[in-house]
Amino acid sequence: MLSLHAARKSFGAVRALVDGSIDLYPGEVHALLGENGAGKSTMVKILAGVHRPDGGEVLIDGRPVVLSDPAAARDAGIAIIYQEPNLFPDLSVAENVFMGRQPLRSGRRIDTSAMHDQVEAVLERLGVRLDPGRISRGLSIADQQIVEIAKALTLRARVIVMDEPTAALSAVEVDRLFRVVSALRADGAAVMFISHRLEEVFSLCQRVTVMRDGRHVVTKSIGELTVDEIVRAMVGRELVQRDVVTRAETGKTVLRVERLSREGAFTDVTFEVRAGEIVALAGLVGAGRSEVACTIFGIDRRDAGSVTVAGRVLKSGSPNDAMAAGVGFVPEDRRQQGLVMSMSIERNIALASLGRLRRHGIVLRAVERSFAADWGARLHLKYGRLSNAASTLSGGNQQKVVLAKWLSREPQVLIVDEPTRGIDIGTKAEVHRLLVELADSGVAILMISSELPEVLRLADRILVMREGRLVADFTGAEATEELVVGAATGQPSGARR
Amino acid sequence: MTVPLAKPGGGLTASSAENPKRLADAIFRAREFGIVAVLVGFVAVTTTIQHRFLEAQNIKFIFLDATIFALLALGETMVVVSRNVDLSVGSVLGLSAYLSASLFGHVHGIPIPVVFLAGLGIGTACGVVNGAIIAVGRVPSLVVTLATLYIIRGVDVLIVGGNQVVVSSLPDSFIAIGQSTLLGVPDVTLVVAALIGAGAYYLRTFRSGRELYAIGSNPDAARLAGIPTARRIFTSFVLSGAIAGIAGVVWAAYYGTVDSTAGTGYELTVVSAVVVGGVAIFGGSGSVIGAAFGALLLETINTALYVLGISAFWDQAIAGFLLICAITLDHGITVMLTSALRRRSPRGA
Repeated sequence: MLSLHAARKSFGAVRALVDGSIDLYPGEVHALLGENGAGKSTMVKILAGVHRPDGGEVLIDGRPVVLSDPAAARDAGIAIIYQEPNLFPDLSVAENVFMGRQPLRSGRRIDTSAMHDQVEAVLERLGVRLDPGRISRGLSIADQQIVEIAKALTLRARVIVMDEPTAALSAVEVDRLFRVVSALRADGAAVMFISHRLEEVFSLCQRVTVMRDGRHVVTKSIGELTVDEIVRAMVGRELVQRDVVTRAETGKTVLRVERLSREGAFTDVTFEVRAGEIVALAGLVGAGRSEVACTIFGIDRRDAGSVTVAGRVLKSGSPNDAMAAGVGFVPEDRRQQGLVMSMSIERNIALASLGRLRRHGIVLRAVERSFAADWGARLHLKYGRLSNAASTLSGGNQQKVVLAKWLSREPQVLIVDEPTRGIDIGTKAEVHRLLVELADSGVAILMISSELPEVLRLADRILVMREGRLVADFTGAEATEELVVGAATGQPSGARR
Repeated sequence: MTVPLAKPGGGLTASSAENPKRLADAIFRAREFGIVAVLVGFVAVTTTIQHRFLEAQNIKFIFLDATIFALLALGETMVVVSRNVDLSVGSVLGLSAYLSASLFGHVHGIPIPVVFLAGLGIGTACGVVNGAIIAVGRVPSLVVTLATLYIIRGVDVLIVGGNQVVVSSLPDSFIAIGQSTLLGVPDVTLVVAALIGAGAYYLRTFRSGRELYAIGSNPDAARLAGIPTARRIFTSFVLSGAIAGIAGVVWAAYYGTVDSTAGTGYELTVVSAVVVGGVAIFGGSGSVIGAAFGALLLETINTALYVLGISAFWDQAIAGFLLICAITLDHGITVMLTSALRRRSPRGA
């Protein structure tokens, strides 16, 4: 019914999609799998008409079509159900379904009762009870997705693309969604289903396509593949050799996290990090890793549990308290959270140390500058002038500025969230070396990274999170990519071999 | 997809489908009742203290003053529900009032409908300028209409100079517009009430009206739903301008004397009336009827304080206080409603 053939898409120098190919057939649910960054979302956006591919083609019923904008994709019969639907919160369910094309009666007036009847009929076909007249504010994510599916049905969409629809749903809601999808399939729709949960794929889908690094790897019917084969196709790389010096001994426990919970994000997370140890939090995007980091540092309040740094219990929701206890935090999004982009390099570096640099309440520029120059040299920071704005630096050097900001406080605990995202290979190696040096000097490091090779190379211990819970704990020596991916996706692949 | 889908397992949502709707309706009705209740309460208290408050003459004045603001609020509501604001209405009213009223001096025996058309034309022209800059140029409406507030007032002052239109230059039939009543209610008020009813009906029952709410509720989703966002926003500003133009003619008929300061500061009263009347300042919800009641409430307070001999300063302070109450109340209602609706639709159970 719909084919995407050899689609390419680059964003600047990043090649998000090199060879995106998939064929969808009527009456079939087709799973699209791959690790984070494999190019799945780019493919969805091409089908949605949000991105124009740089190459390749989209065929519908064998005829090439151009999906120039979302309206064109809609007219071509393609409907996208996103993980988080985009509704009008103030308007009714029925209006959300029919906005812009409400049924009319005489005088071009909206026929409200016909609209409600039609929506009610569609919801009944889906086997879902929802009042068409209620406003959509307050609907659960699952119900919002149902509204989007109802919209797709009234648009007579023949291709329905679901981008991780189950990520935010409870088990009961997933069940209901599956029944809806099965109904769609029985009705002849072609469904593309993206999920990280392999058990869902096996119970719902008839065909599987695996992507890796923007390329199509394999397409087979579900019966021809085992969990192991899928995981291996997703990971793909030869197993990376650890070139880590096993640091002989680590010190006493510095960071202790006990039964930490935050509603809607993660539950009952308990672990320790010792001085001189690098502990990695692995898992899929959305597993709750960054949320744990933010809660430890006090950016988010915790709902239960405790965080202890060197025997001192941190106050909930107080980054100041965390900093006073010697915790440093290099956040995931350095442009938004790590740096003041328009401020000079020297001021960014000194920002977290102003209390120590001040004399009689005044921070002298010269003091700030020599402090920044000192740390810049230690981290091999490449810059034009210290007075230039941080935005003038490359991504890797920006990250070094964030690191310098925290290292200059001589932290006992350093939390780094995706420390090398979007950084070139050379600087990446420097950041790695830096983290190892820090650990050797006795700092306890908690690292979050979606790059498995990085995690395997650096970490002394790897904790795997899935759906807000810690599900596995590997030592650096025993961990393999397959073990970690298996734990992260809920498929203990090692056990089945 | 014409084959009916299999209906798996019957109804899957256990919660009553009716409850959340009733709750939402009840709260929104309560919101408009709230304004009426405050209004009634104010009138009651004032009348107890000062019995003359409810005299026919007073009621007529309140209605007349409120009528102009309610008319302006009609246009303003269309703009505000789409997450915009029109601050230029006071200046447009002033320009239209002077130019249309001065026509009587320039053209002898000019028919009154032509004067209304002139006011309408002036207002529409101002609205087109606002709408074009905002919709085509994608400049925030707050900035654009703040600028045109000053520019249009400037043009007004330039044209009027130290002159003024005086009552004696206006024909009696024109003055009568602001005087004649039906059962104690001014005719103008009745006409404006009908206009507001028509406006409410339009916003509720026509696609373009609902699309204004959609744009205010979620601009991105509106664009994805294929709504011509720019055109809708443009139209809302043209309508707001046109209505302000007509309001200018009514203003001239009512007050009789027009100089270059006519309508100064009205924009803030109008926006206050709209917000006090339950229109969400960030768009998406509210009605023109609520906004009209908001205007009536503010005007009643104004007159009541005058009758009670309380300083006009308190009038503005109370208007500001009401504004804060309204916004806090609306925010509280939204939060409460959201959590109430969540609780009543258990996740997929």
